Amino acid sequence: MPVIPINYYIFLSLALFTIGIVGVLTRRNAIIIFMCIELMLNAVNVLLVAFSKMHHVAAFALDRATTAGTEAQLFVFFIMVVAAAEVTVGLAIIVMLYRNIHSVDINFLNRLKH
Amino acid sequence: MNAIILSALWGVLMMYTGFATKNTRTVSVVALLGVLAVLVVNWMEYLGVSFFNIDTKGMLAYNGFGLIFNTVVLFSTLVYFLLSGREIEKAGKTPSDLYALIFFILSGISIIAGFKSLLMLFIGIEIISIPLYVLAGSDKSNLKSNEAALKYFLMGSFSTGIMLMGIAFLYGDAGTFYLEGINAGLGALTPMKAIGMVLLLASMSFKVSAAPFHFWTPDVYDGTPTVFTSFMATIVKAAGFFAFLKLFETAFGKFQADWQVLMAVVATLTLVIGNITAVFQQSVKRMLSYSSIAQAGFMLLGVFAMNIFAKQGMILYFAAYSVATIGIFAVLSKFKDHSIDAFNGFAKKHPLVAFSMLICILSLAGIPLTAGFFAKYYMLLAVIKDGNFIWLAIVAILCAAVSVYYYFRVVQAMYFKDPSNEEEIEFSPSFRFILLGVAIIILVLGIHPDYLTGLL
Repeated sequence: MPVIPINYYIFLSLALFTIGIVGVLTRRNAIIIFMCIELMLNAVNVLLVAFSKMHHVAAFALDRATTAGTEAQLFVFFIMVVAAAEVTVGLAIIVMLYRNIHSVDINFLNRLKH
Repeated sequence: MNAIILSALWGVLMMYTGFATKNTRTVSVVALLGVLAVLVVNWMEYLGVSFFNIDTKGMLAYNGFGLIFNTVVLFSTLVYFLLSGREIEKAGKTPSDLYALIFFILSGISIIAGFKSLLMLFIGIEIISIPLYVLAGSDKSNLKSNEAALKYFLMGSFSTGIMLMGIAFLYGDAGTFYLEGINAGLGALTPMKAIGMVLLLASMSFKVSAAPFHFWTPDVYDGTPTVFTSFMATIVKAAGFFAFLKLFETAFGKFQADWQVLMAVVATLTLVIGNITAVFQQSVKRMLSYSSIAQAGFMLLGVFAMNIFAKQGMILYFAAYSVATIGIFAVLSKFKDHSIDAFNGFAKKHPLVAFSMLICILSLAGIPLTAGFFAKYYMLLAVIKDGNFIWLAIVAILCAAVSVYYYFRVVQAMYFKDPSNEEEIEFSPSFRFILLGVAIIILVLGIHPDYLTGLL
């Protein structure tokens, strides 16, 4: 079975991450910004799983009973849990804002500066 | 370990207290007892008595520095509860929930005090941040509070994303999340490690509101209800700095020569931007949020130098800055009008409160005989002993001189102007004496900083 080089995963993940960053910086809708943040977190998940496999394969060649690489997969679960917690709080904040101003546009935030 | 478990459990207890009693005073007393209990068990751990022996695979381990830091933070929280308890009771419909969130934040801070792995760093920072988003938006009908919550939430999760990317790159390079594992191996800085390090530097700068990542701070601090701004600007910021220091000391200590230039630039920018912008503020609350950026610049000097003076100075800085800022915010939160003019003639009406506040302000400005002076002194000493960037110390001293100007505008309004504010403010006797106690602590630490630094 041909092995996909790790560079491909790094580029994929960096591309997703960059899309996320550009989205956060350019979009004005709070929900879409929020989706872009989730995209950033998921780009990290992809990268961590790929690195996990990479370290596992390297250690497996030396020792067949190795557990190297498992911690990154555990980390991915933690990221998912934390992302879920952030979603609950974040959506609650956006709903609270929507109830008050009937919009989720963050241009509204500029009002604070005055 | 004691503090993590007890504060998390006490947070759950606080939520149930809301069901058990409708009397908000009782809720405050339970919270006060809770933070006192956490403080005691944390101190017992320092003395070597640990109630929980959980195998964390070396991901959490406490040393003296971490436990002293945690004690300072918990003590500041105690002072915060004593001074601002009344305001927390008024902040929402159910103060028990707000107290519960604060206890969860304390649990996160206790994780930060002992992290040995990037996983624990991430979990700790998130446990601190997520309840804070809720606290920032706790005044639900106030648009400013809504905006602060949304802005803080978006910026906070954005910086979390950057931090995670940094962690992923470090893992890819080292194959481990342990801080020591990242520092181990050959001395060379590989490209992946460098990317990870810069991303972590950026995200930690976000969390501690260092320039050029400070732009969210004034808006968020201004919009958040004043009681919670006080908590955010002091205790949470101290935790951010502790994480910053520990991460860069343990994981990147060997590459200090590589990142010191970056850190020097960030510290200079933070000092200059924070101090210069604070001069132009008309609102005390906004002035204090810029001053918190300026003080962050000083604390960054400790992260920059990272020697024994820096560590001692950090602990002293956390104590001096947190306690003084909590005191000023506690007085400020009684005012409806947050402009500097609101303080006109304050000393004539409330001499004792004004005097205590004067001591707090002098400490923030770094005048001798107050704790703030020695805190700044230790930071400068650390930079000079480090010897690489002496100009950084000069910039810091000039910025400290600028800071005296905007702090003294408040003093001038309090002591040398005639009362123009019709607002009648009541201070209970207990509030006055606790605030005087805060001033006495600042003076004692200003004469004997060794009471605190000697513990390390």
